Amino acid sequence: MQTHAEYRLSHLDELEAESIHVFREVVAEFERPVLMFSGGKDSIVMLRLAEKAFHPARLPFPLLQVDTGLDFPEVLETRDRWVGRLGARLVVASVEEAIAKGVVVDDGKTSRNRMQTGTLLDAIESHGFTAAFGGGRRDEEKARAKERVYSHRDEFGQWDPKNQRPELWSLYNGRLHEGEHMRIFPLSNWTELDIWHYIAREQIEIPSIYFAHQRRVFERDGMLLTESPLNPCRPGEEAAERTVRFRTVGDLTLTGCVESEASTLDAIVEEISVARVTERGATRGDDRFSEAAMEDRKKEGYF
Amino acid sequence: MDLLRFATAGSVDDGKSTLIGRLLLDSKAIFEDQLEAVEVTSTARGYDYTDLALLTDGLRSEREQGITIDVAYRYFATPRRKFIIADTPGHVQYTRNMVTGASTADLGLVLVDARQGLTEQSRRHAVLLSLLRVPHLVLAVNKMDLVDWSQEVFERIRDEFVTFASRLNVPDLEVIPISALQGDNVVTRSENMPWFEGSSLMHHLENVHIASDRDLRDVRFPVQYVIRPKSDEYHDYRGYAGQVASGVLKPGDEVMVLPSGLTSRIAAIDAFDHEIDEAFPPMSVVVRLEDDIDVSRGDMICRTRNAPEPTQDLDAMISWMTREPLRPRQKLAIKHTTRVARAVVRDIQYRLDINTLHRDTDSQELGLNEIGRVSLRTTQQLLVDPYEQNRTTGSFILIDEATGVTVGAGMIN
Repeated sequence: MQTHAEYRLSHLDELEAESIHVFREVVAEFERPVLMFSGGKDSIVMLRLAEKAFHPARLPFPLLQVDTGLDFPEVLETRDRWVGRLGARLVVASVEEAIAKGVVVDDGKTSRNRMQTGTLLDAIESHGFTAAFGGGRRDEEKARAKERVYSHRDEFGQWDPKNQRPELWSLYNGRLHEGEHMRIFPLSNWTELDIWHYIAREQIEIPSIYFAHQRRVFERDGMLLTESPLNPCRPGEEAAERTVRFRTVGDLTLTGCVESEASTLDAIVEEISVARVTERGATRGDDRFSEAAMEDRKKEGYF
Repeated sequence: MDLLRFATAGSVDDGKSTLIGRLLLDSKAIFEDQLEAVEVTSTARGYDYTDLALLTDGLRSEREQGITIDVAYRYFATPRRKFIIADTPGHVQYTRNMVTGASTADLGLVLVDARQGLTEQSRRHAVLLSLLRVPHLVLAVNKMDLVDWSQEVFERIRDEFVTFASRLNVPDLEVIPISALQGDNVVTRSENMPWFEGSSLMHHLENVHIASDRDLRDVRFPVQYVIRPKSDEYHDYRGYAGQVASGVLKPGDEVMVLPSGLTSRIAAIDAFDHEIDEAFPPMSVVVRLEDDIDVSRGDMICRTRNAPEPTQDLDAMISWMTREPLRPRQKLAIKHTTRVARAVVRDIQYRLDINTLHRDTDSQELGLNEIGRVSLRTTQQLLVDPYEQNRTTGSFILIDEATGVTVGAGMIN
């Protein structure tokens, strides 16, 4: 008789098992799921878990990417390799096209990141998606700490934090009315460090900008931003070459990098383990506007 | 490193937020920018201290009201374990949130204020944790600094609680005197209470033995999804995907599929791209059988001589979670493992007063946040075990068919 101790899973294996369970529940119960894919590390880990959940069958849902027109080219390259390897179907919803269609309004003040929300909701509605997997984690931000794994959105795509369904055991309730959809967060219980440990363990391919590299950057609002034709220096700003890496990837006009020598997964894990600032606080302009910035964007239907 | 999920219960007055803030701070799970944001807000409100409760109050409405209204999940890790805290509000009007938080917990942490001793609220928390069969319970007697670190005060509260808990089903109980504010016995042992010979709270959380909590004897594998690739390479592949609820499955095992009762043997167990020798809870795997028998979502794979009872009649404790009360003859949707059916309420046997444990048999309905024993009849057979034996195959949720909202949680007797 073996002892119980041999039948324990590591925390990563337990998180993996839980996430795979969520993927299978959703595919079994929803008519038209889709996976929201940004090309960032969290959505890549999600994709890896989805691959595991349905192997040896192909992914039973397409990927949806919101193209801001301001994405890092390295991220798009990685996306294309993943899509090619898995033989997945990719749906691209373009912010440019949404502006042209009048779905969202570019007033010159709203960031592209913020305009993603309207573009995303339009894509979900026009394709009739009933469940959209997102890579959000509860450790990211205070408002997310109270998010369900199955997060109900009304016919306007809005989240009502005070009226969430109780979520017990691993019994998920996917009931919807016409026009509503569900956001699904299979990584709810993962932390940033768990994500990195998992990427290292599984040797998962992620965009090269997560690793230390030489880049021309300049400082704006206390963040190090990348110099690019899409993001030129303003008067008074001066770009210089530094050794940097990104902790999150998003709209390149808003996503800052950090100075780092971490060029391997092990070095990144080491760096994250001793980090004293959250990944969003350090590098995301979009979360800085107010104490409740994330809560407000989530209510509107953000990821 | 393994994973421990624990639920905390208590109110702001008990120092719960301070305790959680301290656990997060001392394990470095709180970052400088988060702490700075809280310091700024504390100053703006004119507090002369950093209100750690602000770290855990996530929603604006909660910050405005200064109370927690929903379950919040927090994460921290030490070199020994990763922890997930389900942080739940303590007041009686939030019983449903506490039930939710406790449903997945390995351990329940109840806080009391040493000056107050046991209150109706702390008894209620213990009752709910025992009802949800949370296997380990910790009573933290907080604010010991305000009672001069008195051994006598601690022992009086401890003894009273132990007596009370003996009426409940509490397999493992630990009582620890702490000061969340000053950090005594939270991470390191207190020098102010040399008379206490037990370990600190963190030491206990890191070392409490949870390996035996899982049932490794009774094989229960609810089928979630059938994988049929229909590709050239995997033309005849047919695998049953699911998460092991209990027991250990091995290739070659003779198994029975419920509710059909058909038998076969396990041909192989796949974990992604490789086969494994055994599967145990809570692994998510794909089981292939030797025979081509009809198996679909909602079925359960178990052993031939150890199977749950297929039944349409449920006798369960129900925690009611919505304003409109539960009444006899009401019809609801029920989700149990991977099976969905409809259910009708036959009878409300009694309403349980969770403060006194009194059973009110005259009650004809269950209101919001009330708990009672209820008989249900379902439209199709469910494959159930008693909740005390199996928290997965013994639990279900009730869904209002009109609104789609989860309105009740059930634990089968």
